[in-house]
Amino acid sequence: MAALRTVLYLFVYPGILFLFVYSTFCEWFDRKVYARLQNRMGPTHTGRFGLLQPIADFFKLMSKEDVVPEAADKGFFNALPAFGLAVVSTAALLLPVWNFDLAAPGWTSFQGDIIVMLYLLSLPTLILFLAAWSSTNLFSTIGGARVLTMLFGYEVPLFLAVLSPAVLAGSWRLAEIAAFYQAKPLLLLVNILGFLVAVVAVQAKLERCPFDIPDAETEIVGGTFTEYSGKKLALFRLAFDIEMVVASGLLAAVFLGGFPGGPLLGFVWFVLKTLFIIFLLSLIRALTSRIRIDQVISLSWKVLAPLAIVQLLASILLKGFMS
Amino acid sequence: MSFEIPIGPQHPALKEPISLRMTVEGEVITGVDIRLGYNHRGVEKVAEEKNWTQNIYLTERICGICSHSHATCFVQGVEKLMELAPPKRGLYIRYLVSELERIHSHLLWLGVAGHEAGFDSFFMYTWRDREIVMDLLEMISGNRVHYAINTIGGVRRDLDEGQRAKILEGVATLRKRSEYYFRIGANEPSFVARIAGVGMLSKEQAIALCATGPVAKASGVGRDVRKEDPYAVYDELDFAVCTADTCDVLGRVVVRVMELLESYKMIEQMVRNLPAGDIACKAPRKAKPGETVSRYEAPRGENIHYIKSNGSDKPERLKVRAPTLGNYPATVEMLRGCFIADIPLIFAAIDPCICCAERAVTLVDARNGAEAIVRMSELRRRALERAPKAPLKGNAVWPL
Repeated sequence: MAALRTVLYLFVYPGILFLFVYSTFCEWFDRKVYARLQNRMGPTHTGRFGLLQPIADFFKLMSKEDVVPEAADKGFFNALPAFGLAVVSTAALLLPVWNFDLAAPGWTSFQGDIIVMLYLLSLPTLILFLAAWSSTNLFSTIGGARVLTMLFGYEVPLFLAVLSPAVLAGSWRLAEIAAFYQAKPLLLLVNILGFLVAVVAVQAKLERCPFDIPDAETEIVGGTFTEYSGKKLALFRLAFDIEMVVASGLLAAVFLGGFPGGPLLGFVWFVLKTLFIIFLLSLIRALTSRIRIDQVISLSWKVLAPLAIVQLLASILLKGFMS
Repeated sequence: MSFEIPIGPQHPALKEPISLRMTVEGEVITGVDIRLGYNHRGVEKVAEEKNWTQNIYLTERICGICSHSHATCFVQGVEKLMELAPPKRGLYIRYLVSELERIHSHLLWLGVAGHEAGFDSFFMYTWRDREIVMDLLEMISGNRVHYAINTIGGVRRDLDEGQRAKILEGVATLRKRSEYYFRIGANEPSFVARIAGVGMLSKEQAIALCATGPVAKASGVGRDVRKEDPYAVYDELDFAVCTADTCDVLGRVVVRVMELLESYKMIEQMVRNLPAGDIACKAPRKAKPGETVSRYEAPRGENIHYIKSNGSDKPERLKVRAPTLGNYPATVEMLRGCFIADIPLIFAAIDPCICCAERAVTLVDARNGAEAIVRMSELRRRALERAPKAPLKGNAVWPL
């Protein structure tokens, strides 16, 4: 029975099947919001309101020809998309929406899971770099170099911003952080600055406009994905969709008070709060133009990092004051 | 580490084939080499075999976006050769279409600039509004792209009262929208951060390298054929030459939006003061022997046609200098010292129309770099000689 439950947990809910459906829904939502902001319709044709369009896109890509360049490092090139998908799906299991017990930490909810989560969200970036590097294309190589350069920019502000609410809550466990803020909702207002920094950093992590520099099509063609096609590209795109869900779930758990009310109501909160954050991300995407890589670095270190440090200091001082 | 990256002949930032070989150090460009000739169509040679009227439709097809510019430039020259004086009403309608075309071209360019900078919302908005002017052009001429409204001695279609009202209405909407784009283009922080100080071209360089059109105007060189050598109706219109002194891509955006506003002004004047009378006069079949140069301010800059006649019904020689060709030397200077990320923006900022500028092909030996002039018969002989030995022949049959 326990084995069956584990299998269901990994493959159906909240495992790969649920993540697939929900992340494609989020992609549809993102595309629709983006399109409406640009005075377009967005997907309308496949399914009601075009809801099935991302799924159709996924299966279309899966059925396309899969080309591996001769000069590529074949092992890496083939394995990395699946690896990337596995990493972000694992991160999704750690969200405090499903399978957590506040009193008894288990293997999906434990002290320090916020750190593991941040680590698992950093891995896709490295995977992307390796994918770009192993495809040996000139445009991919430049894209890969840009991926890493950006990583050095946004990663520190993101960590500082996400960890400061944890400092205030006095716990490294996502479920406990969320429970702390559910008990004292007013304290959420303290973290607004950190929330804004984190939203911008997540936008950079997901490589969306204005940070879509590693795959800027007008500059370096497909960037990191230039040589990827067919199934592998489909898996990468799915991995990005899931990463968007996980990252917005993380922000919702840390900054928006988590998902109170048990499995069912908690799930409704999860959908509402992640969609809210994805809406913010789409808003940024529609309202800005792509900036240059040097501007990303100076933005991260001159604006985001100091703001995140201010947030951290505020949390530490408030914590001292409260105790 | 210095390496070469190829931009083109096929590249998503380029809508037409051209090869830019960039030598880059990290992200900084140290050298640029432009190679043309991927889209040579032999237009000038074809023109020698068609009569004056047929050539209007040929020159119209030199460019897809400034089609009217080339046709008008040609027609102006032919009218000068034939010593024709087209009626005023015809001229007003002809240059009304010119200004509408400038609007459509500049709106298109604004969208492309937004897209190159990764600002897709700007792209979607400007292209939505471009539909308004495209519809107006369709209403006037029956076509969205190749208007075919010119004829030697005037135009082919008249304007009625309802059409005039619709033009004024469309222009009023566009003016409101353009003012909004002006605010966005000059104020949106991430967009301005991307285009300010990029692709610098000083005033001296712009003059020395013969830059034309908005590129020169953005460097403070107020050169405009409509003002300095006013042809046809332009001396009766009240308009200003728009310049900027920032010398960068931002300046080129600003100049183009300001030109849009000037064009709206001109269109309103032309529609309101449209004189009565005929729209065309009868043109002779042949032109007197002689030669002429016709200048025209196209949306992209100064367009020059040289036409030579030998007294028959066909031109002896037609030479086209598209504005893009005049801007290539300046582009090389603008690109040097910039980032890879800026290549598409800087290149797009000259509003390149690549196949319009393709006037020649050079035959270069790939092994030793020697240039050669070869006759068509020789090329044909070589092709026939090579065909049996072509390595791909065995693969031409697809396996089942």
